[in-house]
Amino acid sequence: MMAGSIDLKWIPRGLGLGLLAFAIFGPLTNLLLWAFTERWYFPHALPLEYGFSYWANVFSPRGNATTSLIMSVLIASLTVVISIGLAIPAGYALARLRLPFRGAVLLILLIPQAFPNLPVYVNIARIFYQFGLNGTVLGVVLVHVTHGLVYAVWIATAAFSAIDRELEEAARSMGASALRTFADVTLPIAAPGLLASAVFVFLESLDEFTGTYFVGAPDISTLPLLLYTAGSGGNYQIASITAFILLIPSIAFMFVIEKFMRADVLSKVGR
Amino acid sequence: MNAYLEIASTRVRYGEVEVLKGIDLSVGKGEFVALLGSSGCGKTTLLRTIAGFNTPTAGTIRVDGRDVTRQPPDKRGMALVFQSYALWPHMTVDQNIGYGLKLRRMPARDASARVAEMKSLLGLDALGQRKPGALSGGQRQRVALGRALAVNPDILLLDEPLSNLDARIRLTVRHEISALQRRLGITAVHVTHDREEAMVMADRIVILDGGKIAQTGTPQEVYNQPNSDFVAAFMGAENILDVDVVARGDSMEIAAGPHSLRATVHRPGQAAFTGKAIARFRSESIGVADASDDTLGTKSGGLLLKGIVEQVSYPGGLWRHVIHLGDNSVIVDAERRFEQGAQVHLRVPEDRLYIFPAHRA
Repeated sequence: MMAGSIDLKWIPRGLGLGLLAFAIFGPLTNLLLWAFTERWYFPHALPLEYGFSYWANVFSPRGNATTSLIMSVLIASLTVVISIGLAIPAGYALARLRLPFRGAVLLILLIPQAFPNLPVYVNIARIFYQFGLNGTVLGVVLVHVTHGLVYAVWIATAAFSAIDRELEEAARSMGASALRTFADVTLPIAAPGLLASAVFVFLESLDEFTGTYFVGAPDISTLPLLLYTAGSGGNYQIASITAFILLIPSIAFMFVIEKFMRADVLSKVGR
Repeated sequence: MNAYLEIASTRVRYGEVEVLKGIDLSVGKGEFVALLGSSGCGKTTLLRTIAGFNTPTAGTIRVDGRDVTRQPPDKRGMALVFQSYALWPHMTVDQNIGYGLKLRRMPARDASARVAEMKSLLGLDALGQRKPGALSGGQRQRVALGRALAVNPDILLLDEPLSNLDARIRLTVRHEISALQRRLGITAVHVTHDREEAMVMADRIVILDGGKIAQTGTPQEVYNQPNSDFVAAFMGAENILDVDVVARGDSMEIAAGPHSLRATVHRPGQAAFTGKAIARFRSESIGVADASDDTLGTKSGGLLLKGIVEQVSYPGGLWRHVIHLGDNSVIVDAERRFEQGAQVHLRVPEDRLYIFPAHRA
């Protein structure tokens, strides 16, 4: 009697969604478990003991995590400042002026991503060595900027292209100089797009491993480098906790994108 | 009238295309001039050139005797109202209207008083804190106007500001704008493709055709004395007849045709000529009578035509007839209805008939 009212068509769909959820949340759950595990070994399905001792360890004054976190945030912030500082004039020029090699310029920015990372960074490390940039914050920041500039310039170009020229002309007509127009009209309207690209660059820098490893290690230690060391040393607790710290900004970023990025800006990326 | 805004032999080119081919125009202080023309005639380009967004390749633009041709838009003392309104989406209505005052470093108290004055003038009192996105088309249009008027511009430039409004709102806004312009004594240049809008609002109409001025004059002049076939057609004289004319002193004699009688017309201010010609007239003020009725024929003057009623409709006010004249059809309005198929006589009064040489096509 009751069986007839259950719609069997939901079963495959439910299974599909279940698998998808497992694929997304399974690793995260494992991460969460390891982060709070004190003792866990084969053949036990779940940790034998939970606790915060590794957290205390990671954030203790002698632990490397705090310095790595501060270094990561410092490098990411500098990368954002330099990338956005370059992307605002570059994006405006690419969006507004009739540049002869507009397409080529946008493409050139992609080139560092177009080749395998390792040979590029090995060579960068070799060149930076000559200038004494290896193992310095500036060196790492420069590597991150070449990476972040792609997103920053592409998104800034899209953000400026999406602004109706007449909005700027209206300001000129009301008596604003070109610079004043940019400050009062263009920049505020482009701000959400620029903010999104800043967050994106920040996350990319926070996450970056290869370049940092070749140019920065061992003098510069960022969270991904710490994660690598902890992971290869078999210390899953430290690795999981570090991964968690790296996860928080990503989630924040999703909300920012959701709130500020308008469809008309996204549709102009790369045009 | 002394010229306040003066445009002298101005040419503008976009790449290979010359959009303005030598424009000469002067606008007096406090005058309302409408630039009228179909799309692509260069009217918006001319307005943008006056505003400073296009640089002429030749010619000069002067305001009150001062050469502004090479000056940037922000130094010209003009305010442009855009067709799209171009309100800044990140600013409230108050901030939009007050922006020009802020640029002029007006003290905050005076500026907010001026903004309030503009809002009450334009009926925007309750909307000061809204963003443009939350306004209707008519309200946006008024904010755009308020923003331009707040700074007391020397010259107000209007780029089809009414074309995005509903037909009904458009009629009222038309009168509001011209009343405001007269009250404030502002010099205004208004671009439109709507003939009636230009007629109702402007002191003087400038008709543009292919980057050149076709005719300049008061609404009555361009309506009643079009100087070219183009202007006559643009001003609504859409009935066309091909005729042969012979100059007789300062009058012209129209040869009799299969559907028309011989007629002599005298057009003041137009030189008589001989040859193939186009005769144009409007559907209004045409005498219509049954063919059996002699009253039209006995009146002298004007062109007498004979035709058959092909179609009758009632658009309101007058009856509209499509009348067949051999290969041609003309549209004629009459106070009473003439039945379909009826033989009728038409009399086009002399002063309603515009005759121009036929194109050598």
